[in-house]
Amino acid sequence: MAEGGTRRDALSRTARIDLLIVADMVEQRSRVLDVGCGDGTLLRLLAEERGVDGRGIELSQYGVNHCVAKGLSVVQGDADTDLADYPDDAFDYVILSQTLQATRQPRTVLEHMLRIGRRAIVSFPNFGHWRVRGQVAFKGRMPVTDCLNVPWYETPNIHLCTVRDFLALVREIGARTERGIALDRFGRPMLDGAPWWVLNLLGDQAVFRLSRKG
Amino acid sequence: MTIVQSPRAMSQLEADAPHSLVVRFGADQPLKMDAGVNLSPLSIAYQTYGELNAAKSNAVLICHALTGDQHVANIHPITGKPGWWQTMVGPGRPIDTNRFFVIASNVVGGCMGTTGPASTDPATGRAYGLDLPLVTIRDMVRAQAMLIDHLGIESLFCVVGGSMGGMQVLQWAASYPQRVFAAMPIASAAKHSSQNIAFHEVGRQAVMADPEWRNGRYLDEGTSPTKGLAVARMAAHITYLSDEALQRKFGRNFQDREAPTFSFDADFQIENYLRHQGTTFVDRFDANSYLYVTRACDYFDLASDYGGSLAAAFKGTKTRFCVVSFTSDWLYPTSDSRAIVHALNAAAASVSFVEIDTDRGHDAFLLDVPEFITTTRGFLDAAARARGLAGS
Repeated sequence: MAEGGTRRDALSRTARIDLLIVADMVEQRSRVLDVGCGDGTLLRLLAEERGVDGRGIELSQYGVNHCVAKGLSVVQGDADTDLADYPDDAFDYVILSQTLQATRQPRTVLEHMLRIGRRAIVSFPNFGHWRVRGQVAFKGRMPVTDCLNVPWYETPNIHLCTVRDFLALVREIGARTERGIALDRFGRPMLDGAPWWVLNLLGDQAVFRLSRKG
Repeated sequence: MTIVQSPRAMSQLEADAPHSLVVRFGADQPLKMDAGVNLSPLSIAYQTYGELNAAKSNAVLICHALTGDQHVANIHPITGKPGWWQTMVGPGRPIDTNRFFVIASNVVGGCMGTTGPASTDPATGRAYGLDLPLVTIRDMVRAQAMLIDHLGIESLFCVVGGSMGGMQVLQWAASYPQRVFAAMPIASAAKHSSQNIAFHEVGRQAVMADPEWRNGRYLDEGTSPTKGLAVARMAAHITYLSDEALQRKFGRNFQDREAPTFSFDADFQIENYLRHQGTTFVDRFDANSYLYVTRACDYFDLASDYGGSLAAAFKGTKTRFCVVSFTSDWLYPTSDSRAIVHALNAAAASVSFVEIDTDRGHDAFLLDVPEFITTTRGFLDAAARARGLAGS
């Protein structure tokens, strides 16, 4: 994390911390596809800090317009339908930040990510966090937390999972977990390299870097 | 003494002596056409706006649509109306003439001063008519490249155009990748769909069914197939709009009457509107030209020149693309634009794509649609920064 110097510090104050963690998992000068890139904050960070050749997919016209105005190459599209159009091995990394749980077919999306890119970086809210478990177990209500801050009837999150669920899916599609980091509710990293069951209990969100097996 | 000429007479003069800049290429510089013919001499009528910078790096080429022309941002010499893209081109507009050197030329096969069927064939002294070889989108682009060479410009900052103009943009990017820094195909397609060919065929048949067409020799015979051309325009105009916009604008409203007249008068506002579109069009457009430009679109299938792979057309491209479509455009639907984006992604090109939400149909690219204006401005500003062009 040393390289980057003062500009990095300046950016750190404005960029979301979880985006910095994702950015740190990306090699310098690699090719990156950011799926659900929003207003392009991460793509810009990657371009400026890591010399990345980045592309994005974003659902909202508002987000795409912002990205285009920043000079980013972003395509209006949907992770569920449009990843199929990308050729194999087009990117070094395919990133899905806080979006997996909102896709209709998370498994297919993940498989496409690892087909299009050599590596995938996925961050998602952890449904296994003790606070979530507590709300379901003791209140008998769907949880509302910092990461999951919308009531059940309004949430876009239709496929929530726990860290354990996610890792099971990773195994099922034959991928390898290279790194896993749990984040607290402010998006700060905690417990880097801790066993999965600890991450699953204490992480508000998790970030995983995956690669294809073999 | 001034002689007041009818618009149609003015239109015929415009084909040989346009109210714009013209470059004439002689026998030593023929246009090598896809039909296998060398066309010579060749005239290209064009307009420019703004100043070319010292590095010659700020040139924007605007490619016009089917019945457009070079009069992008000035009063039209025949209709007296504002240029067709003044919402987009001008001082302080997204295609900022204070900043960019804007070039727009009439296409080959057109009727506003570039060689087309209404131009006089120097070999015979009469209009080419159907003796002009069939024109393709690639021919149009080759001619534009000759103009750009003539202007001493090596590389264009941006090539931009909607509909048939977008096809030219794609052809530019495929034929001359080194000469196109940024490309913006709008409401367009990499190939003409069956439905689009069908509509064009209806238009052509309407022209050719008019007895005044005289097998294309109407200019020699002093007739004019205005009825057929007007019907062609009316049918085509429907395809440029959307059901929703027609409902909103006209509904089933009557035209200056309270009830149907039980006749075939234009009882409905939409009928009156279409008739008006038809009759004003024939004043400014040559019927044979309409046959040629519609045919050029029909023949366009960029992938077919690259072994059937559109991605191969853009292989290794360094051009920055911004593809735009409109939700209510059913003539060049978003799926056509997505096919372009798909190919560009497969070619690892730098591509942005926006689908603009509007009910204004295909014609939206000509209109003041704020999200579209914003997108264009953002893309061009960012590309200008990447090109090292000074800010506006």
